[in-house]
Amino acid sequence: MELVQLLLGGIANGCIYGLIALGFVLIYKASEGVNFAQGDMMMLGAFVTLGFVNADRMDLPFLPGVALACLVMGCVGYGIDRFLVRGVFGQPQFAMVILTIALGFALRFVAGTIWGYSPLVLETPLAGVNLELAAGLAVSAADAATIVTTVVLTVLLWAFFARTRLGLAIQAASQNQLAAYYMGIPVKFVNSLVWALSGIVATVAGVLYAAKGAIDPNIGLLGIKAFAAAVIGGFGSLPGALAGGVIVGLIEATAQRYGPSGISQMAPYALMLLVLVFWPGGLFAQIRAKKV
Amino acid sequence: MALLEVRDLAIAFGGLKAVDGVSFSVEKGEVFAIIGPNGAGKSTIFNLISRFYDPSAGSIRFEGREITGLAAHEIAPLGIARTFQNIELFDHSTVLQNLLMGRHAHRRTSWIEDLLFLPRVRREERLHRRRVEEVIEFLELEAHRNKLIAGLPYGVRKVVEIGRALATGPKLLLLDEPASGLSVEETQDVAFWIEDMQKDMGLTILMVEHDMNLVARVSNRVLAVANGRPLAMGTPAEVQGHPAVIEAYLGTAAVSKVSA
Amino acid sequence: MRFIFKTSYDRDIDLFEDGWHRARIAALLAVLVALPFLLGEYYLAEATNLLIWSLAGMGLMLLVGHSGQVSLGHAAFLAIGAYTDAALMHCGLPWPVAFAAAGLVSGLFGALVAIPAIRMSGIYLAIATLALFVLVEEAVILAEPITGGIGGIMAPPIQLFGISFERYGALANFYWLCLGVVAAVTLAYANLLRSPTGRAFMAVRDSEVSARALGINVARTKTLAFGLSCAATGLAGSLMGHFLGFFNYEAFSIFISINLLLVVTIGGLGFIQGAFLGAILIAAVPQVLSILRDVSGIDTSGYPGLETVVFAAILIGFIIYEPMGLYGRWLKIRTFFDLFPLCRRDMFRRQKSYLKTERMR
Repeated sequence: MELVQLLLGGIANGCIYGLIALGFVLIYKASEGVNFAQGDMMMLGAFVTLGFVNADRMDLPFLPGVALACLVMGCVGYGIDRFLVRGVFGQPQFAMVILTIALGFALRFVAGTIWGYSPLVLETPLAGVNLELAAGLAVSAADAATIVTTVVLTVLLWAFFARTRLGLAIQAASQNQLAAYYMGIPVKFVNSLVWALSGIVATVAGVLYAAKGAIDPNIGLLGIKAFAAAVIGGFGSLPGALAGGVIVGLIEATAQRYGPSGISQMAPYALMLLVLVFWPGGLFAQIRAKKV
Repeated sequence: MALLEVRDLAIAFGGLKAVDGVSFSVEKGEVFAIIGPNGAGKSTIFNLISRFYDPSAGSIRFEGREITGLAAHEIAPLGIARTFQNIELFDHSTVLQNLLMGRHAHRRTSWIEDLLFLPRVRREERLHRRRVEEVIEFLELEAHRNKLIAGLPYGVRKVVEIGRALATGPKLLLLDEPASGLSVEETQDVAFWIEDMQKDMGLTILMVEHDMNLVARVSNRVLAVANGRPLAMGTPAEVQGHPAVIEAYLGTAAVSKVSA
Repeated sequence: MRFIFKTSYDRDIDLFEDGWHRARIAALLAVLVALPFLLGEYYLAEATNLLIWSLAGMGLMLLVGHSGQVSLGHAAFLAIGAYTDAALMHCGLPWPVAFAAAGLVSGLFGALVAIPAIRMSGIYLAIATLALFVLVEEAVILAEPITGGIGGIMAPPIQLFGISFERYGALANFYWLCLGVVAAVTLAYANLLRSPTGRAFMAVRDSEVSARALGINVARTKTLAFGLSCAATGLAGSLMGHFLGFFNYEAFSIFISINLLLVVTIGGLGFIQGAFLGAILIAAVPQVLSILRDVSGIDTSGYPGLETVVFAAILIGFIIYEPMGLYGRWLKIRTFFDLFPLCRRDMFRRQKSYLKTERMR
């Protein structure tokens, strides 16, 4: 029973990593670069929600508040691409790495200036509620909501990319921007849209993270752990990102419980390095090779 | 003994047989051209010879030595140099630096000597520079010596790439579509250079080319390939008139028209 | 505009293009050597710090600017250098030995790391080095007997031939020591760039395919670049340890890695000079901010992250508007005046291109 309980907690944490990793994958699909500010976007999403729903702030009902926050963060994502990322269009991948790292610092500063650097708690209807699954096996409502929301969101996103015209257009644009442009796909607009989408995903991740504990402007560093998830799953695959996140969550939970001290911090990164060396494209790999 | 001997070469990408049972040999001192429609596997043959791809079957012998077991960077020191279909120059360096990079196969100093810039490094540098200046003079690149590649027009870059291959001091030069994208005048220059390289420098040249005028003018022998398979081999005129070649280029209808 | 008529290949091989160039560098060196007599304690310490950062910056520049590989984990090599130096000196070894060992250990570790890393490219390498950094940081905390764990460790004062080079007791001496190291590394770096090894680095940076076709062993070249880069960074780490006097793992945080990246990007990727310009900027921003605060009287204590966000804004500005960095901007200004009044506005316009993916699916 104890083990099941432990694994459930690990999966719930892993889902958060998976959601941030989903953001990485989305951006990778659009701009073929990695958004190092994804963790900070999650952080900002959580704070914006807090600003809408907490009693001492705007005190909106929870779900409309989250929806509003998603809208705001969608606009933020769109704006980031429109005004910043588009500026490095056509430059090497390195440029985007630097740009998004700097962006992460800026977002952290914005959140710190508005909401302060001391930990705050987001008021959610999930707080303190536990669901009894079986005798001696309980799961917190926050964990349950995290798992369910993550799975639903991943399926929705997957369906969006595989089934809708816009989703296919984004896929096309990601594989060859010039060809997609010639085919009449507004590549730049599509890219901005993906950034908006990743802003929304980040907000959802942020709300779920905040449901489990206090938040401060530095929780964005969680993004580093989500890299492990994205790498393990492979940067090109949405379900892979989720799977990678869950793997990281599980490893972390078990290492913390059974391993020597300090190991749980290192385990996800060690696994990630192993994956990078032996399966460079991730466990759910696509073929990658440069044509001469 | 032939300089380069390719026998029963084959490679498949997924299910697609890009090269399938190609054999030919290039004699010392000749210009040998490979022609064929787009996607026939011409560039793949080049990539197999430069060891970018591993063949699934067959052998490649250079001066009698099997090279299919070597790594890609071990090819240039043997005396095989190449150019690329879509120019692959070092864009952020000058023409001079690009040509000097071509001398890499001849470097004899270690990185420690380089860090200290011992007198030996300077002596070697002078030597490399002299060789490179010969190439610059031959290809008339004097005016562009200290310009960055990124700012050069397409035609000049094409020439610089040939120059970089020449700077390696090769025995066999592989030219991948040396005239593609060039104007008529520039193509003329390339033809002159190929003739000079063959006659004055004694180089052996293997080239892939679409421009039949150029091929007919400079090459001694021609191999036509289509769908990865050899169609015909012989003098330019023989190959151009070969029914299978005409069919591959123009389709069956055209053949019946020609023969009618 | 001056024209230089070259009469031998040596004119191109030499480090300095003419006597005037040589004189300028000599003058700069003379000023740097005389600095302890010109500056007060506070600014001399700043200058020392700047030299150390330039050294670390050169390490990263070699990797990012000249061999085209990204590292987000270079603070790890600063840490390895600092801890190796301090640990060996605690064992009773003299400073020169500990210093050389710091460079050697960092370099070897870097080369070791490179063996798997060279199979990755671009973002994967960036992420892998980030993960490596986290692992090293955790390892530093765990290896308490050597590193002092969370508590930290003291870097023993440097004594050579009875002369003290201690940072607090004899700052001028320590400054000259750093200056000597930086000058030597800069010379070696410049030598590298005009020799076959440096050209091989740049070849690998610009086109791996071509590099291989020319006989360059790409894996070996990248490993060497990693090793040399990490060795230089390790040397900087060792000096940084002595500069701090007492340090723990927090002295080499992820932000130090990022700041280093900032140094090379803002300074100008692919130019040695860029490492120095970037380091100057990094050192100057906090000074300028504090001066502005004093002058304007605005209380900025409510904005603890102000310094970082200014860095971030500068970085974003450079990446978008001047990817060639400060040194690139300087080159353009110089060309403008060289050609005056013949310079055209679009002379330096960059071509923006659509991304063509290297992915095959």
